[in-house]
Amino acid sequence: MAFPDVTFKRSSFGQTMRRDAWWIQPLLVFSGLSAFLTYSTWAAFQGVHYTSGPYLSPFYSPEIFGSSPHSWFGPKPGWWPGWLPFSPSLLILWAPGGFRLTCYYYRGAYYKAFWADPISCTVGEPRKRYLGERFFPLILQNLHRYFLYVALLFILMLSYDVWQAMWFTDPTTDQTHFGIGVGTIVLGVNVMLLASYTFGCHSLRHLIGGFLDEPSKSPGCMKAYSCVSCLNRRHMLWAWMSLVWVMFADLYVRLCSMGIWTDIRLI
Amino acid sequence: MKTATFKIWRGDAQDGRFEDYSTEVSEGMVVLDAVHKIQASQANDLACRWNCKAGRCGSCSAEINGMPRLMCMTRLSDLPLEKSVTIQPMKSFPLVRDLVTDVSWNFKVKTQIKPFKPRPPDRPDGTWRMGQADVDRVREFRKCIECFLCQDVCHVLREHHQYDEFIGPRYLVYVAALEMHPLDTEDRLPELKQAHGVGYCNITKCCTSACPESISITDNAIIPLKERVVDDFYDPLGKLWKWVRSKSKT
Repeated sequence: MAFPDVTFKRSSFGQTMRRDAWWIQPLLVFSGLSAFLTYSTWAAFQGVHYTSGPYLSPFYSPEIFGSSPHSWFGPKPGWWPGWLPFSPSLLILWAPGGFRLTCYYYRGAYYKAFWADPISCTVGEPRKRYLGERFFPLILQNLHRYFLYVALLFILMLSYDVWQAMWFTDPTTDQTHFGIGVGTIVLGVNVMLLASYTFGCHSLRHLIGGFLDEPSKSPGCMKAYSCVSCLNRRHMLWAWMSLVWVMFADLYVRLCSMGIWTDIRLI
Repeated sequence: MKTATFKIWRGDAQDGRFEDYSTEVSEGMVVLDAVHKIQASQANDLACRWNCKAGRCGSCSAEINGMPRLMCMTRLSDLPLEKSVTIQPMKSFPLVRDLVTDVSWNFKVKTQIKPFKPRPPDRPDGTWRMGQADVDRVREFRKCIECFLCQDVCHVLREHHQYDEFIGPRYLVYVAALEMHPLDTEDRLPELKQAHGVGYCNITKCCTSACPESISITDNAIIPLKERVVDDFYDPLGKLWKWVRSKSKT
């Protein structure tokens, strides 16, 4: 498919005939993702103030090893190398992080905002060389579906956290009562937004029925495919809403734990 | 009547420049109307390809204020006329003259794609039966009018000139229409991965935003194709699962 003789002029970085403010969107994405990366890295390394009453920060759930009552297997294991910083979050954040990193929406967004490849449509790029997603390391983006499988498990575990967040222990009697606090709602909304993002995943859409040429012959697949497609149409919206809310949910639990905010019991 | 200024690219593959033209514009006019008016009154030799003036033929593709658009579907009322409107030919294709480009590369690409290969007819009278929902899924891709704006805006072609290794969004849509067709039996995935270069697409969705037919090129065509390539080449667990299922059936 050789191209006919023609001399193409490569645009220099940022060169464009566009008149609109094309730089706003990549700037917003860059700022939003940078803010999230900075906060989540800071929060993950803290290792404290991640629980408050029945609430467990989503950055620390599931708590495989840790000092809180939510921990599955008790405190930090003895075999953990002393030179390696420990935080329960560091054991699990690779999974949701990998899911978002390899997500089709985020890929397009951060290729533009962080790598300027291209920074915006019809705007000149900084590099001449381009390999796409065909070689290492970007070929690893094809692992997205494996991160999806783990992300689906996280939805289950975070849902269990919401259930746990409905049972408050009375410090005087040590008895557990059903209740709903603002934190319960914060964690509940977090699961709802994360589920909307995860269940609208392009890979899930494919695996649930998109791979079939005749999905209508499998009514279950067809129904699931339609549902996932419905969420998928707003994938970008769910991606951003869930990203912001998961950060807020951690902040809420953290500030309640530090005594800066007081959780209000609604029921 | 309001007067608007247009900077129109004039020249051929060897040499060219923007030239200014001012003309009166009225309510309801599109960019192609203005170009025709300039052609009739000020620049009789201005080359411009057009046909239907209704967004159906895909002939009048150009770059208006730097964005690939159909001239016949771009209303002047949607443009900031206090500044001059730039009109230039599509950058990704060789220039013939003024606003006309040679898009024949696209038709050559099409010949490289394995054609439709239906399964044997379902009925003795030689007809097939298909589910409406299955047909609806690929019908979206049939809306393509081959304006090649998606090819023009795609940075893999536009900036990196990978014409030998990447077929571009238009033909990924075409492959998707064939691959997902309920009757088709051909396997195009090896070519899709290698010769058609689906891995070059980095999902920036410029093609989707440029499509005048509002085809969800990235979400409904390219990403499903990428996922089918993953099925065949990058998912060992999936392959194992399929193998186990096929064994359990036999």
